[in-house]
Amino acid sequence: MSEATLPKAMLERIEDFGGAAQPLLKVVGLTKHFPVRGGLLSKARTVRAVDNVSFEIAKGETVGIVGESGCGKSTTARLLMHLMTRDAGEILYDGMQVGRALSLRELRRGMQMVFQDSYASLNPRLTIEESIAFGPKVHGMDDAPARKLARELLDKVGLRPETFANRYPHEISGGQRQRVNIARALALSPRLVILDEAVSALDKSVEAQVLNLLADLKSEFGLTYLFISHDLNVVRYISDRVLVMYLGEVVELGPVDQVWDAPAHPYTRALLAAMPAADPDNRTETPPITGDPPNPIDPPPGCRFHTRCASAEPMCSAASPTLTDLDGAGHQAACYMAIPGSGHSRASAAEKAA
Amino acid sequence: MTVITESVLQAAPVTKTRGYWGTVGRRILRDKVSLICACVLIAIFLSALFAPWLGLADPYQGSMIRRLRPIGTPNYPLGSDELGRDMLARLIYGGRLSLIIGILPVVFAFMIGTVLGIVAGYVGGKLNTAIMRTVDVFFAFPSVLLAIAISGALGAGIVNSIVSLTIVFVPQITRVAESVTTGVRNMDFVDAARASGAGALTIMRVHILGNVLGPIFVYSTGLISVSMILAAGLSFLGLGTKPPEPEWGLMLNTLRTAIYVNPWVAALPGVMIFAVSICFNLLSDGLRSAMDIRE
Repeated sequence: MSEATLPKAMLERIEDFGGAAQPLLKVVGLTKHFPVRGGLLSKARTVRAVDNVSFEIAKGETVGIVGESGCGKSTTARLLMHLMTRDAGEILYDGMQVGRALSLRELRRGMQMVFQDSYASLNPRLTIEESIAFGPKVHGMDDAPARKLARELLDKVGLRPETFANRYPHEISGGQRQRVNIARALALSPRLVILDEAVSALDKSVEAQVLNLLADLKSEFGLTYLFISHDLNVVRYISDRVLVMYLGEVVELGPVDQVWDAPAHPYTRALLAAMPAADPDNRTETPPITGDPPNPIDPPPGCRFHTRCASAEPMCSAASPTLTDLDGAGHQAACYMAIPGSGHSRASAAEKAA
Repeated sequence: MTVITESVLQAAPVTKTRGYWGTVGRRILRDKVSLICACVLIAIFLSALFAPWLGLADPYQGSMIRRLRPIGTPNYPLGSDELGRDMLARLIYGGRLSLIIGILPVVFAFMIGTVLGIVAGYVGGKLNTAIMRTVDVFFAFPSVLLAIAISGALGAGIVNSIVSLTIVFVPQITRVAESVTTGVRNMDFVDAARASGAGALTIMRVHILGNVLGPIFVYSTGLISVSMILAAGLSFLGLGTKPPEPEWGLMLNTLRTAIYVNPWVAALPGVMIFAVSICFNLLSDGLRSAMDIRE
């Protein structure tokens, strides 16, 4: 996309340092444990909200994160945005360590987020224009050009500026508000946008419009998305690669088509089987997975999924499997059944070469 | 922008560019009760402000033979007090002092308490503990007792009673401000502002202040009547205004001995305090609903 179509008065982008091969975002061993205050006599315990999560996002791709409620998707997003402090782990933006090579303030420009609750994420006392112009002003833009930029961005997200710029958030619909939130995120010229359940609260037709808008903006602004959702159809539609999370851990990751067509982890299989089919003759009659996820305060030892897994064996509760490459094309899973020669009765025999 | 061409999205009419306070003002004017209260308050304010030009009798000039005249006596439209001074003049002149010591402490406490509360609520952690536990110490004393104690320590006088009443109200406003701020702080738009790289001061000024000012303002308006009554109590104990200065609280107290002789006249300063208090309360109530712009 040529620069000419972008609003002229936008903030300067954080430069591309690493080149195309350098992942835009590299996360290594991200961990966040929340202390839970125990009673007077019981000892303090911790919720392992995000536990040793590692992944990379290449420039220009869309990575999806799926998982049940409470599996740590949103916590991951807030950790990446540095809205929470992490307990351990590295976050590298374009190969630069935040706080060293890249200041937190610069990172804010390079990485923006759209929240799920379109209403709560807009200040009810500010007009839409003021909300969008706030970020650029924080980064040194004057009031008038910031407002002009806000109006241009409103136009980019499909809202007529003369109609919407002076409105308050409660005066517009949920879909329109989410467009405003997207415009607000774009106002800082980010390269990475984290969409935390950004379309989940919208009804289906509006959701489709916003998804199309996101796809358009991606090519127009050259964006990279981290798309967090519990809606598997949406994730498949928009993502290039997908990350499946369960109880704060990544259980499977890979190109979305491979994960969908040949899920390696039983949890992924259960998730996909739980998707309602549009064909009434092809209904899922029996629930593919039963029970609630275990309490993350006391995650079960070993593989965290073994309490709900139909093919769990003693070894599963003894030690936890690590993410293992399955096909050399980036499809990884953390399950003994998928690891050749792991000792699980359903794992294939050790590879001849190994 | 080729995929999205929904005309429905654009169907909304072009809206007025009226600011937030413009909307609030318009809504207040539509509310009859608030409007009447505002008019009564403005009338009392103006008459107090322009008292010397209203052609009133001298509020200090007593007359031993015309004491405690009833309401409606010629030359004494609202009667006379225990020293034969014209009640109408004293009530209007009394408004000057009463309104000052009713409103100023609340204004000062509003400014101090809002800042303390927002900082405590937004920053949280140890600073919150430090501010809020200090505030709690003041809550250990009944507010009347606290006002008397501080006034007594500082010495009698109008300035000192304003200072002591300010100290009494700061903890209350701080607590309200802190609890409202804590609620707002956890909303997504504050996170979004943090994510855009704004500093704490900018976020407090732009995003917190506007959303917490309403409830704090309404609460503070309600304190004005309390302040006037407390100030009257201080005057009664000789810690505030001194006779012969006309002030509603002091007048109420000196006239209390005449309650059996001429109850209507004796009650008049109380009527003024009541009228101003109720008007401020109703107005703050109207403000609250007018400021809740989402209705």
